[in-house]
Amino acid sequence: MVETYQRRTALAHLGLVGRAAAGKGGAGVVMSEAGHRTIINIRGNAQDPAFAAAVKSATGVDLPAKANTVAGTGARQILWLGPNEWWVTGADGEADALVEALRGAFTGQHATACDVSESRAVLSLKGPKTREVLARGVSLDLHPKVFGIGQCAQTGLSRCNVLLHQVGEGPHFEIYVLKSFSDYLWRWLEQIAGDFDLGIEA
Amino acid sequence: MLVIPCPYCGPRDEHEFSYAREGHIARPTNAEQISDADWAQDLFMRKNPKGVHYERWMHAKGCRRYFNVARDTVTHEIYAVYEMGQPAPDVKKESGR
Amino acid sequence: MSNQANRLGTGGRIDRSKPLRFTFDGKSYYGYQGDTLASALLANGVVLVGRSFKYHRPRGILSAGAEEPNALIQLGTGNRTEPNLRATQIELYDGLVAESQNRWPSLANDMGAVNSLFHRLFPSGFYYKTFMWPKSFWMKYELIIRRMAGLGKSPTEPDPDRYDKLYAHCDALVVGSGPAGLAAALAAGRAGARVILVDEQQEFGGSLLHDRQAVIDGKPAADWVASAVAELAAMPEVTLLPRTVAFAYYDHNAVSCMERVTDHLAPNSPDFAKQPRQRLWRIRAKDIILATGAIERPLVYLDNDRPGCMLASAAQTFVNRYGAMPGKRAVVMTNNDSAYRAALDLADAGVAVPAIVDLREDPQGELVAAAKQRGIDVLAGHAVTRVSGKLAVSGVEVMRLSPDAKAVNGPARSISCDLVMSSSGWQPTVHLFSQSRGKLRWEPGILAFVPDKQLPGQNSHSVGAAAGIFNTDACLADGHAAGAMAANAAGCTGSSGDAPTASSEPAAGDLRAVWYVPSSAPVGRQGKHFIDYQNDVTAADVMLAHREGYRSVEHLKRYTTMGMATDQGKTSNVNALALMAELRGVSVPEVGTTTFRPPYTPVTIGAFSGIDKGDFLDPIRKTPLHSWHEQHGAPFETVGQWHRAWYYPKPGESMHDAVNREVKAVRTSVGIVDASTLGKIDIQGPDAAWFLNMVYTNAWSKLEPGKCRYGLMLGEDGMVMDDGVTSRISENHFHMTTTTGGAARVMAWLEDWLQCEWLDKKVYLTSVTEQWAVIGVSGPLASKLMAEVAPELPLDDATFPHLSFRDGVVAGVNSRIYRITFTGEATYEINVAPSYAMHVWRALMQAGEKYGITPYGTEAMHVLRAEKGFIIVGQETDGTTTPQDLGMDWIVSKQKPDFLGKRSLQRSDTGRPDRKHLVGLLTDNPNEVLPEGAQIVAELKDKPPMEMIGHVTSSYWSPNCGRSIAMALVKNGRNRHGETVYMPYDGKVVRAKIGAPKFLD
Repeated sequence: MVETYQRRTALAHLGLVGRAAAGKGGAGVVMSEAGHRTIINIRGNAQDPAFAAAVKSATGVDLPAKANTVAGTGARQILWLGPNEWWVTGADGEADALVEALRGAFTGQHATACDVSESRAVLSLKGPKTREVLARGVSLDLHPKVFGIGQCAQTGLSRCNVLLHQVGEGPHFEIYVLKSFSDYLWRWLEQIAGDFDLGIEA
Repeated sequence: MLVIPCPYCGPRDEHEFSYAREGHIARPTNAEQISDADWAQDLFMRKNPKGVHYERWMHAKGCRRYFNVARDTVTHEIYAVYEMGQPAPDVKKESGR
Repeated sequence: MSNQANRLGTGGRIDRSKPLRFTFDGKSYYGYQGDTLASALLANGVVLVGRSFKYHRPRGILSAGAEEPNALIQLGTGNRTEPNLRATQIELYDGLVAESQNRWPSLANDMGAVNSLFHRLFPSGFYYKTFMWPKSFWMKYELIIRRMAGLGKSPTEPDPDRYDKLYAHCDALVVGSGPAGLAAALAAGRAGARVILVDEQQEFGGSLLHDRQAVIDGKPAADWVASAVAELAAMPEVTLLPRTVAFAYYDHNAVSCMERVTDHLAPNSPDFAKQPRQRLWRIRAKDIILATGAIERPLVYLDNDRPGCMLASAAQTFVNRYGAMPGKRAVVMTNNDSAYRAALDLADAGVAVPAIVDLREDPQGELVAAAKQRGIDVLAGHAVTRVSGKLAVSGVEVMRLSPDAKAVNGPARSISCDLVMSSSGWQPTVHLFSQSRGKLRWEPGILAFVPDKQLPGQNSHSVGAAAGIFNTDACLADGHAAGAMAANAAGCTGSSGDAPTASSEPAAGDLRAVWYVPSSAPVGRQGKHFIDYQNDVTAADVMLAHREGYRSVEHLKRYTTMGMATDQGKTSNVNALALMAELRGVSVPEVGTTTFRPPYTPVTIGAFSGIDKGDFLDPIRKTPLHSWHEQHGAPFETVGQWHRAWYYPKPGESMHDAVNREVKAVRTSVGIVDASTLGKIDIQGPDAAWFLNMVYTNAWSKLEPGKCRYGLMLGEDGMVMDDGVTSRISENHFHMTTTTGGAARVMAWLEDWLQCEWLDKKVYLTSVTEQWAVIGVSGPLASKLMAEVAPELPLDDATFPHLSFRDGVVAGVNSRIYRITFTGEATYEINVAPSYAMHVWRALMQAGEKYGITPYGTEAMHVLRAEKGFIIVGQETDGTTTPQDLGMDWIVSKQKPDFLGKRSLQRSDTGRPDRKHLVGLLTDNPNEVLPEGAQIVAELKDKPPMEMIGHVTSSYWSPNCGRSIAMALVKNGRNRHGETVYMPYDGKVVRAKIGAPKFLD
């Protein structure tokens, strides 16, 4: 295989590393591009215990049955996308093994796994003004009483379709977006965040 | 701007959805036997009721599932949302309208 | 600052330590911090502020708020100039530049005022009657009319300011911060509810800001307001938005508000640039508490538009709140008690009030007694019958009103004055409620419409004056109850505390309905009774509409233009409706109410767009190779939201040169193209092959794993919808490609069938468009290049034939390589992970250098495919094109029992022999490149009409053919090969021969 340094993230052209090194601002909101990660789209019947068991055996994580929630910790999580659709995440490079494990576990069921790792960029926004920034483009109510840590939602942000996941305190959100939109979305968010003491991390 | 309760994701703003078409129109299984006129009727002609309309929406920015909506075309009141394959509820009866 | 002739020495909420300089029509004045432009002008004795729309009548300030129809101002200069702003809502800042509108050469000497002399020629319906004949002349008339009747001027430069917009959510949105609104916000906030309180003014308090009497919870009104606002500001879940107008109430409790963030600051002040100029709030509230107050109605009397004629409450507001005297000597005319309070306040401030002219026969009560005690002459059963003065009021004439209020009689008494205050009662501000499609009810006790039944799905509560309650204590109680209820409904468990209470007020006496105050002259003579000031609609116009049969509210409105100006008839609608009701002898609600539509007051386009303009207007989708294309000078072609490299000009090359070079390179050596934008769908499940058989016209069951096949997709109407190549990965696993522009539509279409119709079929779809970057390598030398970058890949046609795919390593990167072609040359479509796409592309460019590898863009791609006669869906097709029309019958299965579109292909219309067929066109002059879309005729005539038999769908210069080539859809075209057709355009006629749609073998 080719050296991994030849690999580029979706926003490599924006020179975020250099800008992060300049280290300005950040009291309001800190933006960064998360690195490569594994995302496997799985489909199956949530009501079928065999499906849930297969997912658990292949991933080690319980399938979140509740809408708009995330199960698991660290790199390995399962995000609810719809009534018969989830994302299994993993560390970079796990995709082939995960797909294989899932397909193996799904034998005999109508359930599928499909690698979509390379299709999404993941933007990270954290800091006390994060909700203010997101409110400029998300029609969802992100009040902490309504949308908390461990919740996710597919929705629109600006004019892009995204998956929004509150991953932690701060608050800290991750935004999954198709790579082709990521340049637009980053610049859009950056312009908004400019009013909220923006810092950039690599 | 309506709020449409997606049966899967919960209530969301209208802009997350796309309207699909009138609901509960099954694709004819005997198309070959249908006359041109009847086929055109099936294919092109749709109700345009003033009042309750049973229609299909898709949660385009969310779960991408299609579902049925019983909506009042005058008031935009949404009487019911229900999954594909379920029969149309008699919302007039149920809501006493 | 000195020289503000009509400024009171004390009182009001202005800061006399902060003088502000401003100019009006070029002349300098001073006002104070806290002034509006209107109050500052009045404080300087300026009463003439504008000219009316149609008659160019001199106009003064009528109101003190959002309802202002007269004082429309051009504010600011250069690229920040903004027309038609209400002087009553412009906050004064240092250096403010304001100009009057609709006058030339000057406000006092306006040429347009000649319109006034010809007023008999401008009755209602004037435009319809005069300018609609002859019909074709309307456009010319319109231009002139617009110039004559124009209001302000638009800036000609781009807007230099920035705007913001956001979504917000709350349990209770409280609109308005008078006593009811503040009490509601306090009750909801104390209970723990998420509250947003908006008020269009710079300060919270509403009517309490000019109320000198009320004592609330033991404090003077203004002090209570301050403590209430402080309490609200300390609540973490309460958002306070002053300077914010709720301008629209949409379905399902969505309210849009516009916050004027920096409009009150001088553009050159340091704080101005730190924030966006305005902010649009899109609020979804569980409950909306409409505490929007009420708007006073003017009386309809002769020449009631002279500068100095004002609403009674407006005069009171200017004096109490701004310390500005709108006049030195005021005559009051009223049909109710509230104007007495205004008169007393003015008298207290030192304004002479010689008389209150009361339309009622026998007004009684505390306020009437107090006025008499102050020595004000209360003329009961009288009316103001004439206003003298042209550019400013100089006096009034008062006469006895007949018992039926239809006439005046007796001797006329002249009273000199420079201010006429009138009140015809109060209309609750029901605009937002009405926008929410709530129904109104006529309340005879207050002669006004009040909110009645609301639409299901909307949840608002109108409180206080907005609900027709005019007693402060009752307003406080009403607001408090609504706030507590909203919090409770939202599940808040905190205590709302006790409702604030206010000191007692004199009981309000009855109103007398006098919708037209008669004068000694017949209506329409010797002056005008204005109803709608902004659109210059008079009582005579309403009477004319009645005579001519335009009697329902919708007709009245359109015929007279009443209520159709930017003020939406805030001060005029009820007066007009009530007059019509009287003329018809019916009740007011029988005439109807007009529908209020957003916006309540005008909103800037900037606020609606926010930052979404220029680059942000629409997303630009970029492929992983975008920056390479950029670095190599490619302009981009927009395909859907994608930006695709169009061509790669070398220094000195025109587009034509570049495209020719690229097209030739692909035919002679090797080209490389970024095809990443193609739609891609992963299809898995035991019914996947069955599914493909249904959605494509051809058969898929027998396609072997590892093989690819071209497919055509039809709508149920039999028309071509999309096309692409689909590959079988394994028995139950396919990879579909779609057109770039059709990707989303096809995905939704396929999901629609699976989710809605074929629920029992086991197929799952996943969009993988962006999981793969696609690099096409095409040309006679493509396999040589591939052999170098993918040494382990078998490239001979026997082991890796056309229409198959292999997994392999290209330039060190795991790839899937498809052998499919859109150029007609041997092509390898290399699918790689986007993160490696740049590496692979560069490796190919490097290895291909010795073969003359040439990157080509979408334009060359189009030429290449056209040379070979390959169609593009959406270019050769337009939604009325069948496979047969395209000559692609070969791809429509005759064996399959069913597929989408099959039945429609058997309709008599789709079988018609004279349908338009796809053909090739070769122009007689090989250098003539036809314009796409050119209409084709078989029979040339001297001039139109000529029968059009088709149109050109694609047209290019083909360097490989050495001539122009074109494709077209032509009636019965397949049977016309060899015929000559004509394309008349641009004053010439181009001849071409019909042939097969293929130009290169």
